[in-house]
Amino acid sequence: MLFRYLLLLLILLPIKSFALIEVDITRGNLSPLPIAVSPLSIDEKSRENFKKILKKENIGAEISIVVENNLKQSGLFNPLNKDAFLQNADIANLKPRFEDWNLIKAQALITGKVTLVDEKLRVEFRLWDVLAGKEMVALAFTTVPSNWRRVGHIIADKVYERLTGESGYFDTRIIYVAEEGPKTKRIKKLAIMDQDGFNNKFLTLGNELVLTPRFNPTNQMVTYLSYFRNLPRVYLLDIETGMQEVVGDFPGMTFAPRFSPDGKKIIMSFAQDGNSDIYTMDLENRIVERITNHPSIDTSPSYSPDGKYITFNSDRSKFQQIYVMNSNGKNVKRISFGRGLYGTPVWSPRGDLIAFTKLHKGKFYIGVMRADGTGERLLTENFYQEAPSWSPNGRVLIFYRETKTNSKGEGFSAKLWSIDLTGYNEKLVETETDASDPSWSSLLSN
Amino acid sequence: MNLSKILKNGFLILVASLVLSACATQKTTTTTGQMQGDVYTGSDSVEYLASGVPDRVFFATNETVLTTASRETLRKQAAWLRKNSKLNIVLEGHADERGTREYNLALGERRANSAKDYLMTYGISSDRISVLSYGKERPVDSGSNPLSWSKNRRSVSVKAN
Repeated sequence: MLFRYLLLLLILLPIKSFALIEVDITRGNLSPLPIAVSPLSIDEKSRENFKKILKKENIGAEISIVVENNLKQSGLFNPLNKDAFLQNADIANLKPRFEDWNLIKAQALITGKVTLVDEKLRVEFRLWDVLAGKEMVALAFTTVPSNWRRVGHIIADKVYERLTGESGYFDTRIIYVAEEGPKTKRIKKLAIMDQDGFNNKFLTLGNELVLTPRFNPTNQMVTYLSYFRNLPRVYLLDIETGMQEVVGDFPGMTFAPRFSPDGKKIIMSFAQDGNSDIYTMDLENRIVERITNHPSIDTSPSYSPDGKYITFNSDRSKFQQIYVMNSNGKNVKRISFGRGLYGTPVWSPRGDLIAFTKLHKGKFYIGVMRADGTGERLLTENFYQEAPSWSPNGRVLIFYRETKTNSKGEGFSAKLWSIDLTGYNEKLVETETDASDPSWSSLLSN
Repeated sequence: MNLSKILKNGFLILVASLVLSACATQKTTTTTGQMQGDVYTGSDSVEYLASGVPDRVFFATNETVLTTASRETLRKQAAWLRKNSKLNIVLEGHADERGTREYNLALGERRANSAKDYLMTYGISSDRISVLSYGKERPVDSGSNPLSWSKNRRSVSVKAN
């Protein structure tokens, strides 16, 4: 919320679209689009002032690096080496000489300018189609200087959006569990960082075990499991104020929480007398509803983006499998029928797919299937990995992976990884400490 | 359903013990830990609530059924609890690392309750027993092999006061 007030988006020029360059994101992209990200030009006075405020030599160049890294990480773009650039940033911003950019094989070009206006950071940027010699996007933002990395993320999102036709996912954050210490006595803390790993912050001290944080898709609230006072319960945390509270008044363990798509309910499991069923709690009127009532383990619930259905895993057929039901608990249908065990179903924000973890013959897979269970596709195989979370545009999954220990039980680590829906572009997501249970936020600006 | 579960479990143990004895004829090495089926039967990591009263019972993969050995251990615990009527216990239920985190939390809770139910049939009041699942969060053995995993699939009775 706070960010929205600070960040004023001004559209300078509406663009008529007849794009000549396009990036196809539906297949694994084997030939990423060559793009030149010219450093944002900056006048000497603004540069000096930002140096004082932000301790950065040249904030224009820094922002362009943020843009460039995002585009590169997506696997869809190939940002060209700046040493090859023929045109100076100041001049390119005024009028790009397309022949020069064509010569170094750039198909798209980003130029821009940074100025200090009334103690604020003002950034203009333009995206150009080099071959057609046409401007594709032109935008300006004004914000507080400390938001400079977010400006880079927003530019990358606009470029991604214009060139792929889908919304971006760079101006987002990841909440996760930071891990330290030996495997038998792990210390776990809630942590949050920008999608690219910067601005990492720990939200709890590690005094009690915390697990499975998840973002509210509509605001800056988080729900997670805490073992505070050895009573494992679902909590609600406001990451802007630090206020937290227990969700509901259950006489036993509550776990596996997730928000409904409108952010008004929490869906979770409640375990009692050896049986786990799915419940919801309305955050406004605090009314608790029981959704499943079955002697099997029912857990890991996730709503469809329209809120009409719930997917979850259950061992009612003896082994852990994925089911879909109406949001009132009626019409339960099993959808996973492949070999092995299936768990942690998560509905894509686009509504068409369900991501899951599969265990088969001692290997763990992250995969996707359609909501009716057809079209199963395994994206990645490993010794241990689970708990996928979708990027807000439904193109990328983030999950965690644990390593096998050696014969002495040494060498354990847990790390975050991301992979494109196509199964390409598998990447380690760098974190300060070991990490698990990632959850991707919605776009912060929108 | 219960009967078939028990039969199936018994069958698994039987098959596995045949395999084990077949192995044993080839190799005469003694290992510190042992498994029957994939249930841990060794004493490594086991602690004692009192002399002759082991603190934990072990489970097969994805199972919550108590084995014959587990029931014997729990009967000893029940006898000890009857003698020490002022003591309360927490049953801590655990799973191995080869499952998803959330499902394992539920599985740990089910395992601890399976032990609790058995103690109750031997006359221990449910008021004296609380249940706490750690899922796969607190392994005793950090190894990544079937023997380590079998030690971690457990329900441990811990003195609460």
